[in-house]
Amino acid sequence: MSTVTLQHETDTEWRQPAKGTVAMITLIIAESAIFTIFVVAYLYYIGRDVHGPTPKQVLEIPWANSVCLLSSSLFIMLAEHAIAHGKMAAFKLWWAVTFLLGLIFLVGTGVEWKKLIFEDHLTISTNLFGTTYYSLVGLHAFHVIVGLLLMLVVLVLALLGFVEKKHAERVKTLALYWHFVDVVWIVVFTVVYVVGR
Amino acid sequence: MTITKKRKATQGNFLTSTQELNCATIAAHRNTRPVKSSTSIRGSLAGLALLVGHQAVALAESPTSIFSTLSTPAHETNSIGLFVVIICTAIFAVVAALLGYAFWRFRAGNSDEHEPAQVFGSMQIELSWTIIPVLIVVVLFLATARTLFSIQDAPKPANALNITAVGHQYWWEYHYPEYGIVTANELHIPVATGNGGRVTYIKLTSADVIHSFWVPQLGGKTDMLPNRVNEMWWDPQKAGVYVGQCGQYCGAQHAKMLLRVYVDTPEQFAAWVAGQRKQQTELVADVVDSTSEAVNPSVGQKVFEQQSCINCHAVQGTVANGRFGPDLTHLMSRDTLGAGAIQNTPENLKAWVEDPQQFKPGCLMPAMHLTNKQNLQITAYLQTLK
Amino acid sequence: MGSQTYPVAGGLQTETAPSRHGYLEEIHSWIVTVDHKKLGIMYIVYALLFLVIGGLEAILMRIQLAAPGLHFLEPQTFNRMFTMHGTTMVFLVGMMILFGFGNYLVPLMIGARDMAFPRLNAFSFWMSALAGILLYFSFIGGNGLAGTGTAPDMGWFAYAPLTEKAFSPGHTTDYWTIALLANGIGSIGTSINILATVFCMRTKGMTLMRMPMLPWLYATMSFLTLLAISPLTAAQAMLMIDRYLGGHFFDTQAGGSAILWAHFFWIFGHPEVYVLVLPAFGMASEIIPVFSRKAIFGYPAMVAASVSIGFISLGVWAHHMFTIGLTSYGNAFFTLSTMLVGVPTGIKLFNWLATLWGGKIQYRPPMMFAAAYLIQFLIAGLTGIMLSVSAWDWQLHNSYFVVAHFHYVLVGAIVFMLFSALYYWYPKMTGRMLDEKLAKWHFWLFLIGFHLTFDLMHIPGLLGMPRWIYTYEADRGWGTLNLLISIGGVIQGIAVLIFVYNMVHSYFKGELAGPDPWDAWTLEWATASPPPSYNFATDPVVGSRRPLWDLKHPDDPDSAFE
Ligand code: HEA
Ligand code: HEA
Ligand code: HEC
Ligand code: CUA
Ligand SMILES: [Cu+2]
Repeated sequence: MSTVTLQHETDTEWRQPAKGTVAMITLIIAESAIFTIFVVAYLYYIGRDVHGPTPKQVLEIPWANSVCLLSSSLFIMLAEHAIAHGKMAAFKLWWAVTFLLGLIFLVGTGVEWKKLIFEDHLTISTNLFGTTYYSLVGLHAFHVIVGLLLMLVVLVLALLGFVEKKHAERVKTLALYWHFVDVVWIVVFTVVYVVGR
Repeated sequence: MTITKKRKATQGNFLTSTQELNCATIAAHRNTRPVKSSTSIRGSLAGLALLVGHQAVALAESPTSIFSTLSTPAHETNSIGLFVVIICTAIFAVVAALLGYAFWRFRAGNSDEHEPAQVFGSMQIELSWTIIPVLIVVVLFLATARTLFSIQDAPKPANALNITAVGHQYWWEYHYPEYGIVTANELHIPVATGNGGRVTYIKLTSADVIHSFWVPQLGGKTDMLPNRVNEMWWDPQKAGVYVGQCGQYCGAQHAKMLLRVYVDTPEQFAAWVAGQRKQQTELVADVVDSTSEAVNPSVGQKVFEQQSCINCHAVQGTVANGRFGPDLTHLMSRDTLGAGAIQNTPENLKAWVEDPQQFKPGCLMPAMHLTNKQNLQITAYLQTLK
Repeated sequence: MGSQTYPVAGGLQTETAPSRHGYLEEIHSWIVTVDHKKLGIMYIVYALLFLVIGGLEAILMRIQLAAPGLHFLEPQTFNRMFTMHGTTMVFLVGMMILFGFGNYLVPLMIGARDMAFPRLNAFSFWMSALAGILLYFSFIGGNGLAGTGTAPDMGWFAYAPLTEKAFSPGHTTDYWTIALLANGIGSIGTSINILATVFCMRTKGMTLMRMPMLPWLYATMSFLTLLAISPLTAAQAMLMIDRYLGGHFFDTQAGGSAILWAHFFWIFGHPEVYVLVLPAFGMASEIIPVFSRKAIFGYPAMVAASVSIGFISLGVWAHHMFTIGLTSYGNAFFTLSTMLVGVPTGIKLFNWLATLWGGKIQYRPPMMFAAAYLIQFLIAGLTGIMLSVSAWDWQLHNSYFVVAHFHYVLVGAIVFMLFSALYYWYPKMTGRMLDEKLAKWHFWLFLIGFHLTFDLMHIPGLLGMPRWIYTYEADRGWGTLNLLISIGGVIQGIAVLIFVYNMVHSYFKGELAGPDPWDAWTLEWATASPPPSYNFATDPVVGSRRPLWDLKHPDDPDSAFE
């Protein structure tokens, strides 16, 4: 066989999506499937307990918490915007605010659980409500923790001055994850505190 | 608890009375499909299919063959099944013939160096082999849906016999609320045809894990789930004994969770019911001491009642009221022991009481480690439970 | 002459003997590798090992079932055997070997140098591999040492509440659960990786519609894996919560539901079987054209059919639950959706047929297996259609008819296609050809064994023989059939032994393959066999679906038509 070229004249620029973004989107698809199963289980078991306590008796709507978490999505957008334009000081500020709001949410959940466990004596093994509640809310909280840890790493690196404009793409990917965590909270909130109560 | 099989009386061609049901089932038995206004093509196809099916399976004579059907649900299931088999066989014949032809006709010669003409596709062809399968699917689906609704949503005749069957790890418990009967493993029901015939409706549930109730000649299986009640019906057309077994893996002895259904004539059934309603009474013991040498039923009863047998077994009319194992009140009216594991003979009974694990390793009745004497005494007692 | 040349012709292909550094170093290099080719081969070897183990378990079951009332295996041992057999075959053989081929082939076929995330790739492999170790450790760890043999015994779909602590004490179920969790994490990782590779790493000129069929099917399969394995992971997590934290998800005593597990499992389980079959479709779509010497027929239709199989299969799961007490509307819906899968599947089959049509079919080993695959998949699909008739399924469900159906797909279609693929790509992976004479023995023996076993297996099903029974009554008329079925199993075993011998023998003694032994058209054949670690000396640039056809037929290139 002769030496033949494997090249074709392609004038058009060869562009494909960034692999980080694709990976994050696919991860989010998988995570959504996991959450769906837990949500379905929660909805299915509403009101099927053989004994109490029931959600109505013990759950209080975590308004403040939810506001913190949801607003953090706005701040992380500001941060994304800032780094895309190379405004590193603004980036650090908004990033830190996002982190703090997430942290407040997490602490809020902790407080709520403390009350449920020690005052209402609701644990994961008490009844179906306990089982489904702690696993669904816990699964979400776990995602918040992962998000916070990742954000903390970025924050530290940023404060040490290692994060630059060229990292905007990666910051965006991480922000995508955080938006997902927020959207999931909307679902969890609706299911647990609106439908389930 | 939820009852899942909703009944709808709205479908016009559903049968509404036992009378009709009986006619229907007799007719169905005769020409192998239920009386319904169905297209004659399907009818004759199903008939043909039945024939082929019978031929194919006649090779192996089996009491559990799904083709030798004896009740309406089984017939209907069978006809739809064979209808689908015919269509699938036709599809297979066509596609396999094309494949075979291509394999043979287009094999490469030895000397031929040229590449064949490169064909990349054709829109028309793609469309045709999309549309034809869609049409086939529509036909198959409509046929299935008809059978499905007619079995699952059939209206319940007023005089139907109601039974509750409870699956336990490796044995079956039956309640006849109408008669106050509780029994185990061997189910008695009346034939549905003729004078005094009744259709049987069975509510199914489970005491532990999932089981499935299956007697192929009478109908398809329905699962028994803890915390839930399913329902199914049979209208057997011929008296006789039909066998089946548990259809869902349920643990160590799933294989020996066998099932026997006695379809009785109305007279036989009435006699059986009368027998089952008899209460056992405490026998008056000559000797109360259980270590006595005497082997007689009354001593046996005391031994039985002093052992933990009564924690698990009930004998109506006596102190024995355990619910974990089969009700033994009329043990002797049963042909088998341990859900069909062995024949109910005096030797087997004694051997079972000595160590059920030798027949059904892993079953939930432990070997009781009694003396030979005690076993003899208990066996003597159990044999009075007629 | 262009700047980038056909690497083979460019003289890169040098027949250097493998350098003789110490084997410890060699092993070390495999353990720390992040090279997609090495990982791919490790997946495949690992899976073949488990194929033999899972096959042996099947043979043990078959001996026990060869006649009524045998006492070869204890009841519990038998139950463990089918649980381990099913779990092993699906997760450790099926998933692993398919991901192995995916790892090896996808980057090569799209002209990439590696997967998108090489380290994630290694991590996924080792997670999946851990699953096998965890699962088989249960034999010793399940309830303590000394032959107590406490592998899990609740069936591969582990219906609740049999898996709850009350009915399955000890740790057997726990090993099963964490093994599948580990395997699931590995699978999700690999799927993400394959998707990112397919979408972001294609070489210049390879638009999605120029991609070979195999990467397309792997992309669909990966997508399905994300949506299917995740529910399994969630359900397994719930089971662990029940077993370790006292939760009640599937605890029927506390109001929990047995049906919920069934739904969750089959929401995973049904797409899972398509996850297993889609890569086989991909392999068929590469191999059949090459040995028919024709381009694949109806490429766009093939792509569309694959993707729609993926979508439809997400909505059919309850056809495994027709007897569980769904409403009549539920049963009707799942009958319809299940039957609809037949349409895109039919499109695929007919397009393969059209590819053969007018070709010049060369019956080399890969094509022999592929031909058998076509017929067998047809039959398997049609028995699937029979099962989807819910009313009839009330009889057939959990009978040996179902066992016959799914082995027809899993063995008759998938395993046959895997053998085909191994014959086809083994030269690429090792640089040597497999022996054709042994291949013929392997093929015919396996074919005979397969048909003896699984054709006959339909009949006891129709005669009322349920699955999962360690023994059966003599009066049922199942005895002779079961004996023949068991004999068929042993014949399959002998065939597999021949194949294993062939693989080992040819690795050292096989004829040298050269870069392109089959005169094929996709990019993996444009580099040396085995390919260098960087795959391509220069990044290839493609102008059609069959870049090597264009090279070999400069007068009649595909690119002229696209
Ligand atoms: C790779 C594996 C694989 C594949 C591809 C399939 C494909 C199909 N399967 Fe199968 N199946 C399994 C693996 C697989 N299955 C397993 C493992 C189980 C048992 C699990 C367990 O219980 O342990 C199972 C069980 C199973 C059941 C449940 C049985 C029961 O437990 O009661 C059903 C019921 O509907 C079913 C149906 C189908 C259908 C309709 C297809 C279709 O996709 C087939 C489509 C193909 C064709 C139809 C042929 C080609 C098409 C044409 C020639 C066009 C013309 C045809 C028509 C218009 C009809 N399968
Ligand atoms: C990819 C999947 C796959 C494959 C390839 C197979 C292959 C085989 N399977 Fe399996 N099977 C399943 C998936 C698979 N199976 C699943 C999912 C179940 C359900 C489990 C459950 O219900 O929980 C099942 C269940 C199952 C049962 C039902 C058990 C029961 O319900 O009681 C049986 C019974 O015959 C069986 C038999 C076989 C046989 C004979 C083979 C043969 O094809 C195997 C041939 C291969 C070999 C024999 C290996 C090579 C061996 C050697 C090289 C060693 C030398 C050996 C000899 C010379 C004999 N399988
Ligand atoms: C721990 C509970 C338990 C105890 C104690 C127990 N049994 Fe049983 N028994 C069972 C169970 C469960 C079965 C059903 C076994 C099966 O078929 O799988 C059974 C079955 C039987 C049967 C067969 C019934 C039938 O209809 O097939 C007999 C007879 C019997 N037991 C007698 C006895 C006697 C006598 C004793 C005391 C010496 C006893 N059992 C103690 C649980 C128990
Ligand atoms: Cu009960 Cu299987
Ligand atoms: Cu399925």
